[in-house]
Amino acid sequence: MAQYQNIFTQVQVNLPPEPGVALPPGSWPRLGTPRLQYWFGKIGDAQVGPVYLGWLGLSSLICGFIAIEIIGLNMWASVNWDPVQFVRQLPWLALEPPSPEYGLSLPPLAEGGWWLMAGFFLTASIGLWWLKMYRRARALGMGTHVAWAFAAAIWLYLVLGFIRPLLMGSWAEAVPFGIFPHLDWTAAFSIRYGNLFYNPFHMLSIAFLYGATLLFAMHGATVLATGRYGGDREVEQIVDRGTASERMQIFWRWTMGFNANIESIHRWAWWFAVLCPLTGGIGILLTGTVVDNWYLWGVKHGIAPAYPLVFPEVVPDPGMLPGGSQ
Amino acid sequence: MKHSIARFTGCLVAAAALLLTAGCEWPPQETEQIGYRGTAMELVKSPEAIAAKSGLHSVPAPQPPATTDGPRAGDVYENLQVLGDLSVGEHTRLMLAITQWVAPAEQSCNYCHVGENFASDELYTKRVSRRMLQMNMDINRNWQDHVKDTGVTCYTCHRGQAVPGAIWFEQPPRRSANGFTADNGYQNIGGMAIVAYSSLPGDPFAQFLDNYRQVRVIGDTALPQNGGASIQATEHTYGLMMHMSSSLGVNCTFCHNSRAFAQWDQSTPQRLTSWHGVNLVRNLNDEYLKPLKPEYPDYRLGPTGDAPKANCATCHRGANKPLNGESMLPDYPNLAP
Repeated sequence: MAQYQNIFTQVQVNLPPEPGVALPPGSWPRLGTPRLQYWFGKIGDAQVGPVYLGWLGLSSLICGFIAIEIIGLNMWASVNWDPVQFVRQLPWLALEPPSPEYGLSLPPLAEGGWWLMAGFFLTASIGLWWLKMYRRARALGMGTHVAWAFAAAIWLYLVLGFIRPLLMGSWAEAVPFGIFPHLDWTAAFSIRYGNLFYNPFHMLSIAFLYGATLLFAMHGATVLATGRYGGDREVEQIVDRGTASERMQIFWRWTMGFNANIESIHRWAWWFAVLCPLTGGIGILLTGTVVDNWYLWGVKHGIAPAYPLVFPEVVPDPGMLPGGSQ
Repeated sequence: MKHSIARFTGCLVAAAALLLTAGCEWPPQETEQIGYRGTAMELVKSPEAIAAKSGLHSVPAPQPPATTDGPRAGDVYENLQVLGDLSVGEHTRLMLAITQWVAPAEQSCNYCHVGENFASDELYTKRVSRRMLQMNMDINRNWQDHVKDTGVTCYTCHRGQAVPGAIWFEQPPRRSANGFTADNGYQNIGGMAIVAYSSLPGDPFAQFLDNYRQVRVIGDTALPQNGGASIQATEHTYGLMMHMSSSLGVNCTFCHNSRAFAQWDQSTPQRLTSWHGVNLVRNLNDEYLKPLKPEYPDYRLGPTGDAPKANCATCHRGANKPLNGESMLPDYPNLAP
């Protein structure tokens, strides 16, 4: 019996692959012969390729390769070039920034110089990739929303690894490269500055993070739920509202009294997503530079509540006793 | 076709789940609320992990009682520098207990004493044990802030072994690949049980217990005053805290209110006990354990030639109260103050 399901694409278009619009003069040729891939078609478009690399894409990949190479070789060296240990310990391995005593000076390679170099090439790679995204969008006559959303993420990356360390006067404040090491860094960072959860910009960032996922789920669900009425043709319905988008909007109006329209929902979601790293970056930038303990700051400004004591007596700070420093 | 794909995906998910949770304790965990409601002040315990250690934390049967009457051991035995005011019976009883607690069974008394001449100080083990007895009594007499009335005996650390199961040594600088990487303080290494398998600096003992590095790293004012601890320093403290946590088998909220780790007025009383514990191990290492270095044969020394030293795990061995809080002092009052 025929069923209408649209959680994954059920119908695959099987036509000669689409080469894409003509490129402006001076462009590089697109790379790769386009072909159809059945399994890709199960979750997305079946056509794979061609790719437009361009000199921005190529130089970005080269810089990225150099950065990953520096990080990977440093990690491998830290297990004495043992390939088995490299794989086994990979989640723990790291390339650490310089020690605090180096401040913002250039340390020897083994003491953080490699970290600076990897950071430089990674940043160059990301910057070039951002330019590539911007240029590709322009080449297609599109808006540059994707590039600016990516820029929001780059802002957070730069705050963590470059701007805040500059303001603090020490490369040691930056994040190490490594899987567990950067997570342990994150926990240590929050503890050092008295609990980041009392940082209002961290709060905003979390609200936008969860908000963005919630909006994405609401929007995706709404479009899928009206698929039988053509809800997946949402873009056309921005200008020509059909029964699907009527139903979507009535549904949300009934549910919560107010609804986005089929254009504005995309702006909501875009801004929620973009504000997550934007506000997060501000929160990181303020930490250590203008606030040293977010919990105490929260107490000072009345956002950290006091709870009733439950232990028989308040524990005194033994550090206040003579010779009590530990 | 569809079924085989589903089955394959299912197997893949199951395998990934097994792989990713292989290091986890098997549920159920027990949670005990210890703070005000809603503040997540909870102790999380794994009954399975506790049961697995019950043998390690059970107290051995006491030696049969001995008479306190009769001549004093110090008057009867030669070269008796400690425990001289015990009766000969009590002294013998304590020696038997120490043999049971510390000496390898096949060597028994001869682990410390030379054949017929028990007065001889020839064996290093005897010279070390004398100092250890002094240390034991010092702890029970002067460190009640940490050991309370429960106190300690040789067994608290030794648990039937000549060398306690949890000791530490200075580690040589770790430069890999002929100096390609700097000494990283044993940070970012897989499988470091000392720091609970995190990537934190894996050698907190030399830093904090030897060099008396400042443990406190959290800012104590809302706004920055004049500098403060670096993230690197914070990671070192964090490593020490992971050692404490795993040595005591407790989570952070045993001592701290995790919303404000630094605040003493929100901490549990255990944090103060633990604070005294840090001073205790620092003192024991400096006063007793490090100075014993010349006594030891080479094979008892560490990779950099230092004497074995104590940390939290030496006594605690995974229990927040060693031997689950059972005091052995009522049976061995001679070790009490």
